[in-house]
Amino acid sequence: MKQKRKQTQWLLIFIGIVFITIMLVLPLATVLVYALRQGWNAFYGAINDDYTKMALSLTLKTTIVVVMINTLFGIFASWAVTKYRFRIKHILTTLIDIPFSISPIIAGLVFILVFGRIGWAYPFLEKFDISIVFATPGVHIVTIFVTFPFVFRELVPIMTAQGSDEESAAALMGAGWIRIFRKITFPHIKWGLLYGMILCTARALGEFGAVSVVSGHLRGKTVTLPLHVEILFNEFKITSAFAVSSILVIIAVIILIMRNIVEYRVKKEER
Amino acid sequence: MYVELRNINKKFGNFQAADNISFSIEKGSLIGLLGPSGSGKTTILRLIAGLEDPDSGDIFIDGKRVNDLEPSHRGIGFVFQNYALFRYMTVFDNIAFGLEVQKKDKAYIKKRVSELISLIGLGGLENRRPHQLSGGQKQRVAFARALAPNPALLLLDEPFAAIDAKVRKELRSWLRETINKVGITSIFVTHDQDEAVEVADKIIITNHGRIEQMGTPVDIYKNPTTPFAAKFIGESSTIENYYNLHGFSRDEGYDKAIIRPEFVSISKLGKEIYPHASEQGIVKEVFFRGNMLEVKISIADNEIIAYRSLEDEELVPGEKISVLIYRLYLYNEDSVRLIENEILTSRPEFSI
Repeated sequence: MKQKRKQTQWLLIFIGIVFITIMLVLPLATVLVYALRQGWNAFYGAINDDYTKMALSLTLKTTIVVVMINTLFGIFASWAVTKYRFRIKHILTTLIDIPFSISPIIAGLVFILVFGRIGWAYPFLEKFDISIVFATPGVHIVTIFVTFPFVFRELVPIMTAQGSDEESAAALMGAGWIRIFRKITFPHIKWGLLYGMILCTARALGEFGAVSVVSGHLRGKTVTLPLHVEILFNEFKITSAFAVSSILVIIAVIILIMRNIVEYRVKKEER
Repeated sequence: MYVELRNINKKFGNFQAADNISFSIEKGSLIGLLGPSGSGKTTILRLIAGLEDPDSGDIFIDGKRVNDLEPSHRGIGFVFQNYALFRYMTVFDNIAFGLEVQKKDKAYIKKRVSELISLIGLGGLENRRPHQLSGGQKQRVAFARALAPNPALLLLDEPFAAIDAKVRKELRSWLRETINKVGITSIFVTHDQDEAVEVADKIIITNHGRIEQMGTPVDIYKNPTTPFAAKFIGESSTIENYYNLHGFSRDEGYDKAIIRPEFVSISKLGKEIYPHASEQGIVKEVFFRGNMLEVKISIADNEIIAYRSLEDEELVPGEKISVLIYRLYLYNEDSVRLIENEILTSRPEFSI
């Protein structure tokens, strides 16, 4: 009996390791191998390329804008949902989940249909000389759309567990909402908030589908790192494509480590 | 009158949580709002605090109508049921919070908080976090936090509900003493009649969003004015055909009666003092209640409960015994009447 349990245990562990090796470790290792195949100089050349730098800067800019906006939105929305009672609460919670269930490419198309040349908002935008589609604002907007549930999803369970009694008690003593947030709500949600922000960052950095639709692939203007990788790949610049990919991989690994540290802190806090 | 409610109504959806409630409270008194869950007692407390708005009616505190006043401007200290202590702040910061909001100067805050900490007897625990405190200690901190800004009225929502039975008794008398020492008008909500009787100067009994009776614990106990109050306070059993009992005759206006264990005296057959006024009953069950015995007796198709001292002769289930009933509360839909055993009262001259 005990023998059998041991066998099952080893079998499961073995399957897990094989699966992860084939599906995750091998591909990631390949990225680094291909990136360095023609030596460090070629790698450095690909990374030092102007278009790569512009793509990297757009990606970082987009990520910062998106994470900031989604953090604010996530805090407001989760606060509204957990601390107040109102009729359309369930509808709101469900709506916020839409980006999780919709393909990013559809998200991109939706924004083209709204803000693009054929969109209903186009005449208005043209009047004020604002371009959204095929411009950086479009890239920002679709990335916001794709990533906005992350912070919200992380905060809702934490805030629900806390309840609103502490806030009520503070309000009853005359504390304003800034003080209440700073002294009572924030200390409670800070690790969860950071965790949500990290997930949001990871997703924003790598977003491809939605951005691909609205960016128009204007090199040096609306091309983010993932799009840049695609362009290089299509031009058969395999080494460059993998070199640029490796930047994303490295950032991803850093985020993963940060995520684990934060996860550890969250668990410790809960205890 | 210090706190006054006039014709207050409050509905949650279809649920009438407060139904035309009016009462007033004197300054310095300690009031217990007592009722079963869903009877509207907590709603009344939250209405006074301003955490809920009444649909109609007026609330006065210290002669001022406070309906349109923000909760924080009503001069109220509120102790939440689960204390709602700020978990990321120390005991000191918790108590100081209200004073900091009022922008009092540091020296005053320090003085006031240490005053309160010694009042609640938690000296030395200033830097503890709430999760490092026991239930009773948390309750004391919540109490001190509510008192810190010198409120004129203290409201406590089920102050002992989250504390285990043993500490609860101790805290009850502590709370009563401390409130008397501070001299603050206080209202607390409870569903536990022992708690209300022991702590409150006056009790307000609520049921279905209405006030059943208001009075001192003794008054409510001795002269319940509604059937609900009669049944809710004290241990009670209901009797259907009370007119079949010796010494009680039928009153056409009432068809049921309430009997309390204190109204009953039991003795072994042949040892009764008033045989004419007594009744024969059968012992159903005997429960040990720590300091006395609780005896369930079947009498004239009813089950009633009587207490018996541990010193008395032992009773066994199935045994026939003599039961003397001193008095009963007769009741109908809306009134209560106390009747005494006629045989006992009509011939006191034979009693010696």
